Amino acid sequence: MGARRYLLSKVLQALLTLVFILAFNFFLFRVIPGNPAQILARNKLLPKEAVEELERDFGLKESLPRQFQLYVADTFSGNFGISYTFRVPVRQAIAERIWPTVLLVGVSTILSTVLGLLIGIYGAWKRGSAFDLSSLGFALVTYSMPEFWLGILLLIAFAGGVGVFPSLFPTGGIETPGADYTGLAHYTDVLNHMFLPALTLALAYIGEYALIVRSSLLDVMGEDYVTTARAKGLREGLVLRRHVVPNAMLPTVTLAALNLGFIVSGAITVETVFSWPGLGLLSYEALRAPDYPLLQGLFLLFSGAVIVANLIADIVYGYLDPRVREA
Amino acid sequence: MNSRAHADPPPTPAPQSARSITWTRRKRALGRTWRTYRRSKMGMTGLIILVLIIGMAVFAPLLASSEGLSAAKATGGVLDPPSQHPPLGTDDLGRSMWTLTVWGSRISLLVGFAATILSMVIGSIIGIVAGYYGGWSDRLLMRVTDWFLVIPFLPLAIVLASILGRSLFVIIFVIGVTSWPGTSRVVRSQALTVKTRPYVERARALGASDWHLITRHVLPNVFPLIFANTILVVAVAILSETTLSFLGLGDPLQVSWGTILENAFTGGAATINAWWWLVPPGLAIVLIVLAFTMCGYALDEILNPRIRRRGIVGAVTGRVEDGSEASP
Repeated sequence: MGARRYLLSKVLQALLTLVFILAFNFFLFRVIPGNPAQILARNKLLPKEAVEELERDFGLKESLPRQFQLYVADTFSGNFGISYTFRVPVRQAIAERIWPTVLLVGVSTILSTVLGLLIGIYGAWKRGSAFDLSSLGFALVTYSMPEFWLGILLLIAFAGGVGVFPSLFPTGGIETPGADYTGLAHYTDVLNHMFLPALTLALAYIGEYALIVRSSLLDVMGEDYVTTARAKGLREGLVLRRHVVPNAMLPTVTLAALNLGFIVSGAITVETVFSWPGLGLLSYEALRAPDYPLLQGLFLLFSGAVIVANLIADIVYGYLDPRVREA
Repeated sequence: MNSRAHADPPPTPAPQSARSITWTRRKRALGRTWRTYRRSKMGMTGLIILVLIIGMAVFAPLLASSEGLSAAKATGGVLDPPSQHPPLGTDDLGRSMWTLTVWGSRISLLVGFAATILSMVIGSIIGIVAGYYGGWSDRLLMRVTDWFLVIPFLPLAIVLASILGRSLFVIIFVIGVTSWPGTSRVVRSQALTVKTRPYVERARALGASDWHLITRHVLPNVFPLIFANTILVVAVAILSETTLSFLGLGDPLQVSWGTILENAFTGGAATINAWWWLVPPGLAIVLIVLAFTMCGYALDEILNPRIRRRGIVGAVTGRVEDGSEASP
């Protein structure tokens, strides 16, 4: 009973948030004065037919509620308009770029979660040790660093070749242009190109994960049942493995989902630095143009992805921790 | 008229007004906080870095002539590496990196502070109204807060900035209206506890209006928390300015650490290995964000021992543990 209601309320909340994002997006691009739709249609240099087409596309002649209705219908049928820069439907422009981002964000998320977990656990275990203190310092410094700055520095050091550093990695892109590798050679080529951007994103977030895991572990270590386990005479490693770590994992689940929003932001700048042909670089291109239909589509996609990730985290959390469901 | 009003008050040595009593009490509380703060190594390190960088921004004209910002009056060669003169090298227009970094601190700090004030005002109002009034307004406001927490910051900021145009004001506005949800959550949770304290109930029983209760009782009690949160938000705002400027959404006519990095990137600093074009502004950003974060943490630990936060994300977004779950 509790479980079903919990699930239902979470799904409902996610849907509400989605509706809010839709309305917000509509408001941004259609309602506020000087919005892109208006400006485009008022361009005096455009031929009359083009203006009429724009007005038809955006439904500018209709009333606002009617415009909203059209916009929602369009959005749900995946019609975000035509990209100005690429001259293809926005849906297609996004579809072509989605996998590189999924790959990059996926790999760097796994890397930073696993490493952050290990560092956090070890730091909490050896609290106050040199390792613990330096990992805290590392977390603070990487948090204070713009990801793209770290990326450019890594690019100069490991791709450009400065002083003692040889040029180890390619400077950008996802594969060697014109090389046409197949099979295994293709995969290693992509991996080679992905190394630096993935390292940058991972470095930027390891510290944060480590910090969260550490503080959550320290909380659990103060619980009575941990003292009991120790009093029973269990070895320290066993106490940690059996009693502390599983309970401390809960907040990490939420964080991984919450962080997706931040990683998306990081991906935009890091992909730009490394010319990684994903959605981040696409956002940069769209914003430099500026290509409003594309920007709009990307905004909806990013927000939608974060909402879904949050929903999944809520569900997983509820499954892992029954107390949340019952509350 | 109350009959007791006719009776002469007993002659006390120095009759203090309610206001002066409050001020003495607050000054004493401030002194206590400062004494605790001084013991925090992290907080003091942060504070020293902060004072140095703010000093650099304030005394910029003494450290480097503003003429060095104009390409026409630049003295150095194009992309000189660091040497005796100029000490930090030059950019592609022959401007000294030292001059750019010193003067860039002004815009970066200005954006950081202004955006933070905006975010604080929005966050505090929403937090206090939600916490104090409760009921449906609380539910509605917290839902809106949750929505803003979920929207990924950079895509939203990009969309806003590209619609509103490139200017310093737009950057401040965009950062301000996207970074308040964390504050409003922290403020709300504090307002909730203040509201139920006996002296607030007593004041209400005496007929105090909502306005009086909010401005005289809730706000002063929530304020220390808002202040600690402010410091953390400044760090985030400065980082956001850097990112937005790097993407080309900053004001092209103003030199900030973010726009220097943008110029360096679009000018191909990475391909020509001009690391000195990137390191000074980048290091300055790391230092100032680090300093603000350290101060914020130290202060937060003093002012807010009961609400434990989960790491940096928790501190910034205000995702706080429920009091019910907190261990003793």
